[in-house]
Amino acid sequence: MTDTDARSFRNAAALKRLKGRRAADARFKFYGRLAIVVALAALAMLLVSVGTQAFSAATHHVVRYDIELDPARIAPDGASAPEDISRNVEGFYGLARDSLLETFPEANTIPAQRLLLAKTLTRLAVLPAAREVAARPELIGNAYTLTAPLNHDLDLFLKGRGAGEMRVEIGSIAAAKADADGEVTLTGPDAFKAVVTRLASLRAEMGPAADTLSVLVTSGRSTGRLSDITANTARLDLLTGDAADFEQSRPAGRIFRLAESERNVSDQQIAWVLALKDLGRVSRVANTGLLTQTDSTYPELAGGLAAIVGSLLTMLITAFVAVPIGVLAAVYLEEFAPKNRVTDLIEVNINNLAAVPSIVFGLLGAALFLNFLDMPRSAPLVGGLVLALLTFPVVIIASRAALKAVPPSIRAGALAVGASKMQIVFHHVVPLAAPGILTGAILGMARALGETAPLLLIGMVAFVGDVPRSPLDESTVLPVQIFSWSNNAERAWEPMTAALIVILLVLLLLMNSLVVFLRSKFERRW
Amino acid sequence: MLQQLGHLSMGWLMIALLAVLASSAFFLGRVRAEQVAGSSPVRSHSRPNYHGYFVAICAVTPAALAALVFGLFGDGVTRSVLVNELPDAFGLLSATELDTYIDAVAQSAASGGYSGADRIFAAVTNRYLELRGLLNSGVIGFSLLAGGIGMYLARRRVSPQFRARARVDSILELGLFVCAAIAIATTIGIVASLLFESLKFFGQVPITEFLFGTRWNAQTSAEFGALPLFFGTFMIALIAMIIAAPIGLFAAIYLSEYAGPSVRGWVKPVLEVLAGIPTVVYGFFALLVVAPAVRSAALWLNDALINLGLASGPVLAAQPTSALAAGLVMGIMVIPFVSSLSDDVINAVPQTLRDGAFALGATKSETIREVVIPAALPGIIAALLLAVSRAVGETMIVVMAAGKGARISMDPTSDLTTITVQIVSLMTGETGFDDPKTLSAFALGLVLFAVTLMFNLVALRVVQKFREKYD
Amino acid sequence: MDGTQQAGGPDVLGDGQPGDAGTTLGFPRIDCRNVNVYYGETRAIHDVSMTFPDRAVTALIGPSGCGKSTFLRCLNRMNDTIDSCRVEGEILMDGDNINDRDVDPVLLRSRVGMVFQKPNPFPKSIFDNIAYGPRIHGFANGREDLDNIVEKSLRRAGLWDEVKDRLSAPGTSLSGGQQQRLCIARAIAVSPEVILMDEPCSALDPVATARIEELIDELRKRYCIVIVTHSMQQAARVSQRTAFFHLGNLVEMGDTDQIFTNPREKRTEDYITGRYG
Repeated sequence: MTDTDARSFRNAAALKRLKGRRAADARFKFYGRLAIVVALAALAMLLVSVGTQAFSAATHHVVRYDIELDPARIAPDGASAPEDISRNVEGFYGLARDSLLETFPEANTIPAQRLLLAKTLTRLAVLPAAREVAARPELIGNAYTLTAPLNHDLDLFLKGRGAGEMRVEIGSIAAAKADADGEVTLTGPDAFKAVVTRLASLRAEMGPAADTLSVLVTSGRSTGRLSDITANTARLDLLTGDAADFEQSRPAGRIFRLAESERNVSDQQIAWVLALKDLGRVSRVANTGLLTQTDSTYPELAGGLAAIVGSLLTMLITAFVAVPIGVLAAVYLEEFAPKNRVTDLIEVNINNLAAVPSIVFGLLGAALFLNFLDMPRSAPLVGGLVLALLTFPVVIIASRAALKAVPPSIRAGALAVGASKMQIVFHHVVPLAAPGILTGAILGMARALGETAPLLLIGMVAFVGDVPRSPLDESTVLPVQIFSWSNNAERAWEPMTAALIVILLVLLLLMNSLVVFLRSKFERRW
Repeated sequence: MLQQLGHLSMGWLMIALLAVLASSAFFLGRVRAEQVAGSSPVRSHSRPNYHGYFVAICAVTPAALAALVFGLFGDGVTRSVLVNELPDAFGLLSATELDTYIDAVAQSAASGGYSGADRIFAAVTNRYLELRGLLNSGVIGFSLLAGGIGMYLARRRVSPQFRARARVDSILELGLFVCAAIAIATTIGIVASLLFESLKFFGQVPITEFLFGTRWNAQTSAEFGALPLFFGTFMIALIAMIIAAPIGLFAAIYLSEYAGPSVRGWVKPVLEVLAGIPTVVYGFFALLVVAPAVRSAALWLNDALINLGLASGPVLAAQPTSALAAGLVMGIMVIPFVSSLSDDVINAVPQTLRDGAFALGATKSETIREVVIPAALPGIIAALLLAVSRAVGETMIVVMAAGKGARISMDPTSDLTTITVQIVSLMTGETGFDDPKTLSAFALGLVLFAVTLMFNLVALRVVQKFREKYD
Repeated sequence: MDGTQQAGGPDVLGDGQPGDAGTTLGFPRIDCRNVNVYYGETRAIHDVSMTFPDRAVTALIGPSGCGKSTFLRCLNRMNDTIDSCRVEGEILMDGDNINDRDVDPVLLRSRVGMVFQKPNPFPKSIFDNIAYGPRIHGFANGREDLDNIVEKSLRRAGLWDEVKDRLSAPGTSLSGGQQQRLCIARAIAVSPEVILMDEPCSALDPVATARIEELIDELRKRYCIVIVTHSMQQAARVSQRTAFFHLGNLVEMGDTDQIFTNPREKRTEDYITGRYG
């Protein structure tokens, strides 16, 4: 029975051949698993990269300025009306800058240094203080603590980004001697050994470029830049503070992997901000401005409020237009439409509309609403209408599915008690389909909320400094704001943009959770 | 007096007016119906409420139409009347300057009148307000008249025999039909606006130059050869599909054929999340993470090739924004479009076909490859077509990460531009609707619409056939 | 590798199975001992022991839900594809328990073919439908060999004359009866020793059914055939042996003539005379 043997389950040749097929089988399954893993990894990478960026924008550094509200500066020439004071940026800014100069007198003599120091505070950052004082005139003439966000580059530096900062250990300093030319010599047994080693390894890695790197030595509020070093002694260019601060201290050492010319913050600025920190004038607080401020050219002052309100207004228009019309259209197509070529055409047409690229709707909006009907550019009204056209097919498709799910027995029952077709539909079918219709509508709105391209074409990309108050005001929306911020050059915009994205994603998440909730609460199977 | 009327905020006023008209018409009709029912021996066909609805509809419709006509054309008429009345000196102004002037007048009129020193401006503003007042009183008068006539005629028809309910129902049905027809109107609107503006464009630039020209430089020097844009769009969509097709398809196969219900239960919704993330977020991701990574990989490769002696200079362009970066991220975005529909169609393949293959001694992968996939092929092709259509029409990712270089280059690390990128950059500038720059955006939009429409139509048709086959 | 070469063999019939009386049949191809099948916690098949003789048709009959299809699917381990399903007991082929871990169901299924209730041709041409099995198992040496296998299988399934001119037409273009014969030809093409048929005629009209029944009778000369059927007439017409299942139990098994004329069990008699079903 050789042939039977050949077919045996333990026939070696057959098993060998089978092994290859089984391996192919395992490979195939592995590809499937790999595909899932890759897709999920991509999603995770996206969320993590956005999330970490956003996390760093969730807090920011603010600086305290203790100033005297001198009436001559706050209300010069008797301009003491509240609206004058609230607009007197120059006066408040001047007071805050003077307080900086008082702290760092070394900047006073050189104009370039003065400008550099003044960069610590953005001019417009004093506006909230000006408004507060305008509202409470009794503060004028008294001591006042002005708190304002730190310049965005310095903020990023304090968050450990943008300078390639590395900390190095420095031993105890036995003596610090100030030279005539502003230099300080520090001595301590083996105090600078770690610095020397690190610099040597950097030189091995980067070549001669390593010689241009800055090393800052800080003790208390004083900071100096290293100019010469051995294991036991170091000569510093004193940037701020006093040689005495180094006496009997253990200073902190910082090496910056980026040369000064490649950074947005200079050694001098770093020295100052470290001193401010040491003085307890810098604190890291939650960046509430993200939700309370409007757009700005300065990242430390910018926020998403105007965009959030703009999105809200736009969504309102979209919801009021797309949902009722979409639901009624679905009712017609599902319950009333005769089966003929016109309704077939509408049917095909709706499915196609749902797949038309959104930017085409933007072109339609620009041609129809802006050019032909002469509606205002950048207005939530137009944006809402364009998004309504975009959402409309989605609402119809979802509503039809919900209406289809209502069993014919309900209709038959209502028909049997003498209700008209219209009564059956609006008294019985639509209420039963309402949860499904509602979830479809919310999903459609979620899609509209994230839409960007069509809104760019109707001018919603303009810079909007004020919160829009009506659907006819100039406005922008969250996704467009994200787009325009991501176009900005300064590094500080990256975390701000990411933070705005997180706000958008949280809104979308809320909408989708609502859908899940509605489904679990109302879903029924007939 | 007329000036006072000119200050009226017509929108809310008309809504209130129509509401009052509707409710009074409703009550009139209802009361009338009750009267005639009480005095008539015949049992009423419809309940009084329906008579009320009928009269209300007959009153409001003409009134609203009248108001709409005035609303749409009133402003234009007012302006042209005003322009005609302006002193001759205004003839020196160009059309745009005149428009700006009238805009300023309308603005100051809307904010409560002009109280400054410019006497001509003040006079024009006052005249404008008078004209508006005339218009507003016209709107109110005509609406009320039309509504009154409608109400009177409708009320006369109220009688026990009158089938008000049927009338109301058919009017409502007409309203429902109009809602559904908006879908068609939208498509017609899209096609009409694209065609209209495109034809204007092709009046200035020959269509052959647009379709086959290889130099695109719309912003600076009116060169409108769109071939590089088509190429860029194709290239990026291709890269996206190279990513999305295998990943999406294998993910669908794994989910429908291998994964247990628990894995399926959480992986499927998580994959759908990819489809729910706004594209601007993908664009940011491309700009922040992927484009720099692609660039450094390309630079590294360049160095490696030079060090190995395989190349004498840089081989790859390694630009900061690149087709590859945009394509990769777009591929990720399109994965759920492939996987979700493929998953559906694979699940729709009847189990008996799988059983047949298993019974012949096929392994699971052989069954899937040779039986399930061929059976689901039409649906899978449709899924891929829809994904391509998505990729071609996708805007934000390419705007943010693909660059603006209109060139035909096979190097995926060079920056390429696409149809959608150019539409955005042409339409966000401050240009009028008669400028060929703006018009060319519509011509590009027309191409985009036609191409995606073709893909969608074919895909939807194929899916429909597939469903018919296995349902 | 035709069934004809497997003639003879020791006569191992009559190993004490109830009603195992026939002696004119081939040796037992499959020997089931104490087979139990569970779906999750529920037991669908209770302790069934029976043999299936070579070159004979064994019919499994019984009311719907009695487990006859489930039992049939044990014989080529099709139940493996259902997650919750668990099979216990021994099913021996050539002395190997097919449920052993080291028996690959793929090899088993190349020896135990199956035909289903509804014809299920693959979405391929007629030729590729038949050639699929030999291809994946590597039975054919070259195109010519494959052509031969396809022709032989179609001839045996009585379909060759009807389709020889359109082998590249899709399998789904055939009529229902032709499709089912195509599926039988597809099963034959891998030269199985056993063919399982799960109500192969239930989706067909009477004329097509008659053709399939003729075909089954023809195939009996070469293969061990097990057929599940709802129709007692069909069982009487085509089978030599009949097993009656009820509520997952094998009630009675014996020569078809005996089962239909002189059942030993009251329940069998009740079913055959139409008391329930």
